[in-house]
Amino acid sequence: MDTTIKNSNLKSEEYFINMGPQHPATHGVLRLLLTIDGEIIKKVEPDLGYIHRSIEKMCERDSYQQIVHLTDRMDYLSSHINNEAVCLTVEKALELEVPERVKVIRTIIGELTRIASHTLWWGVMGMDVGALTTYFYGFRDRELINDIFEETCGARLTMNYNIPGGLMFDIHPNFVKRTKDFIAHFKTKLPEYDTLLTGNVIFQKRMKGVGMLTKEDAISFGASGPVGRGSGYSCDVRKHHSYSAYDKVNFNEILKTEGDSFARYQVRIEEMWESMSIIEQLIDNIPEGDVQVATNAVIKLPKGEFYQKVETARGELGVYINSTGTKNPYRLKFRSPGFSNLSLLNHIAVGGKIGDLVASMATLDLVIPDIDR
Amino acid sequence: MNISLNITKTITELLSGFMSEGAANIGAMVTIALIYLAIFAVAGLYLVLLERKVAAWFQLRIGPNRVGPWGLLQTMADALKLVSKELTGTVKADKFLYNLAPYFVIVSSLMALSVFPFTQDFQAFDINIGIFFLIAISSLGVIGILLGGWASNNKFALIGAMRSGVQTISYELSVGLSLLTMVLITGSLQLSEIVEVQKNGWLIVQGHIPAVIAFMIYMIAGTAETNRAPFDMVEAESELGAGFHTEYSGMKFAYFFLAEFINMFIIAAIATTVFFGGWLSPFGITESIPWLGVFWFVGKTLVLVFLMMWFRWTFPRLRVDQLLTLEWKYLLPLNLLNIILMALIVWLNLTIQF
Amino acid sequence: MDLTKDFKTEFMTNEALQNLISSWISELEFTEESSEFLNITVKAEQLHQLMSQLKSNTETNFDYLFCLTGIDWGKELGVIYHLESTTHRHIIVVKVQTEDRENPTFDSVCDIWKTADFHEREVFDFFGIKFNNHPNLKRLFLTDEWEGFPLRKDYVDEINMVIK
Repeated sequence: MDTTIKNSNLKSEEYFINMGPQHPATHGVLRLLLTIDGEIIKKVEPDLGYIHRSIEKMCERDSYQQIVHLTDRMDYLSSHINNEAVCLTVEKALELEVPERVKVIRTIIGELTRIASHTLWWGVMGMDVGALTTYFYGFRDRELINDIFEETCGARLTMNYNIPGGLMFDIHPNFVKRTKDFIAHFKTKLPEYDTLLTGNVIFQKRMKGVGMLTKEDAISFGASGPVGRGSGYSCDVRKHHSYSAYDKVNFNEILKTEGDSFARYQVRIEEMWESMSIIEQLIDNIPEGDVQVATNAVIKLPKGEFYQKVETARGELGVYINSTGTKNPYRLKFRSPGFSNLSLLNHIAVGGKIGDLVASMATLDLVIPDIDR
Repeated sequence: MNISLNITKTITELLSGFMSEGAANIGAMVTIALIYLAIFAVAGLYLVLLERKVAAWFQLRIGPNRVGPWGLLQTMADALKLVSKELTGTVKADKFLYNLAPYFVIVSSLMALSVFPFTQDFQAFDINIGIFFLIAISSLGVIGILLGGWASNNKFALIGAMRSGVQTISYELSVGLSLLTMVLITGSLQLSEIVEVQKNGWLIVQGHIPAVIAFMIYMIAGTAETNRAPFDMVEAESELGAGFHTEYSGMKFAYFFLAEFINMFIIAAIATTVFFGGWLSPFGITESIPWLGVFWFVGKTLVLVFLMMWFRWTFPRLRVDQLLTLEWKYLLPLNLLNIILMALIVWLNLTIQF
Repeated sequence: MDLTKDFKTEFMTNEALQNLISSWISELEFTEESSEFLNITVKAEQLHQLMSQLKSNTETNFDYLFCLTGIDWGKELGVIYHLESTTHRHIIVVKVQTEDRENPTFDSVCDIWKTADFHEREVFDFFGIKFNNHPNLKRLFLTDEWEGFPLRKDYVDEINMVIK
């Protein structure tokens, strides 16, 4: 777009605004430096670190049991899956085979976490495009999942339910019934999401063709989770590097080829249906057995490098442990999905309006502590 | 009821009993202004409460229920809090314009209230160019918003103010033209006259198809005029923080806030007067009791206010370019065609009269 | 979908990968010991050449850089690249290290994988490893005035670090 008006001494110039660290649309303490020409975004530069706790450094001094608890504080909306990632890595290093019961329970809670995370995302996503009511609909259903977690794990957000070698304790006797009740409830409520937001003409106008991301760019930027799958990039870790009980269930990897914000939106909505289907397949078939394998009080991993990826609600979380054979990791790296997804924000937002930036940022589903580990 | 409902005349006569005619006129004006100010400040607060209750109803919540019975005093308490709050401001703000802006907004919206006929003869100021006066006054408010956004010396506020300028200037056209469509039937701009005409049937019935189109355009444009969702580009909290009033606090913020709600009432009240027969009761059922007109007027207005709240709590926000596309490419051409259609209908005498 | 492409290029075992890659550059060290993936250690000056070949070669086609880790070996500083091919689904690990602790420098792989932009800035921020040809190499998490590189093993901060 021509920035100057021809044959006139009026001229326009670009200017900066600071979006964040306290801003309603940045969901936490993300700071974006925007270069704007009128309403049109010229450049988006994220400035991070407002909530960085250097978890990777802390991990180098902590034992493996302690590390699990730190991971809750990364992507707090998929805390169970984060815990699981570390436990799986440690179990892989120790060549520990956990009982089937543990695998199934981990999978069920992991999928409940995914639904909880997606409902919250759906709520705040609606708020970002100005539909304030979605927030309460999303939270209504998320509360029920939190209640299930509270009963079994004792916590609603930072669950700490996994330990290397299994689970901290068995599930609550009500767990199966309440989960089934929830699935029955949510099956009637999820269509409401479509009625309220998905079908809305204004919403579709806001989302379609906005924040375009091609498949090649998605792979190159390391996009994962619904962001990658909205661009037609098959990146579901549950399918490609199956873990826990995911190899025992049938589910579809949701792929959309449009690559716009609406595709990413649809992927998440349909993933909730898939998650419900996974839970339904497992909930009646939780095998009997122990919920943990005995490990040493002090876990020492053998010398070597171990890598495990899992699919959190936001995408691929990788845990890289470099062990020298002591009770602490020599180096531990979390490859967080949000970090890579954030790096493509500039790419998809440039050329759009401020409203488009907010809408496409909402479909990236960023959780800032996940980026600022 | 022996007291005449023509309040201006009543008060002037009362006052002229003990002062000169000129002083009595001025005294009457001041008294009426104070009465209106008091009534609508409180009414505005209750509109806020209504909005919150309606929002809660839409959002599976209870809403304010702690202060007073059923939370009825909640907004009073909020107003008290806002009055006692510190007035902050930016150091580099243009102080004079910054302080002036809220008054522009609140005064222009209160001024518009003076011309409404709440019931027969109950009208502070029966001017013969009523509709024109309303349109003119209601567009003054945007100056306050522009001033506020500019003088705050804040980029978010400035973007919000510029959006507001663009939006109000555009949608003013649709508001004006859709009301003009209806004036073709009434043949008068005077609000009392417009209501009088509707004794033969509300204008939305008299004008049938073009009137319904005009009403829909009016409601869309009216919602945009008041800067409410889905046209709240000006505040767009997820984009601009709080938009043009980012830097305002305390009572100055409250003026902006109150003005928004009074404007909503005004937009609904204009629609009531022009499309739905103003204070006239349906089928003339309470024609013999003129003061009940107030009930009908407020009732109809509140239904329309509820409609606007319904918009707000269900729709996502448009983007700024989509907003302008909607106005200039769809509403405006449709409106111009609609005027021609209405003119034809009036000319060929196809209106429905009872 | 291009079927011929799928047919010609498929999952390669670690052995096949090793045979292929060693034919490109002679001085590479391969190991599978203490890791589930094939590890390649490359000299800093050959890093960029190897990386672009790993990406562009149709048989390897490592188009997904899923993890980029900085590591401090006490004496050396290194970077570990985890690569995956989204078409063939094989995984490889490339390692590079340098003994220069004052001014450690590697070539940037930003031009090959865009995700490396942020990941390299993170490594620069915490390890002080510089990347040549990086478009925007400045601190990402920490402030510009921050002294030292916190994830190095010799980093000392008596106030903020709790050492057990």
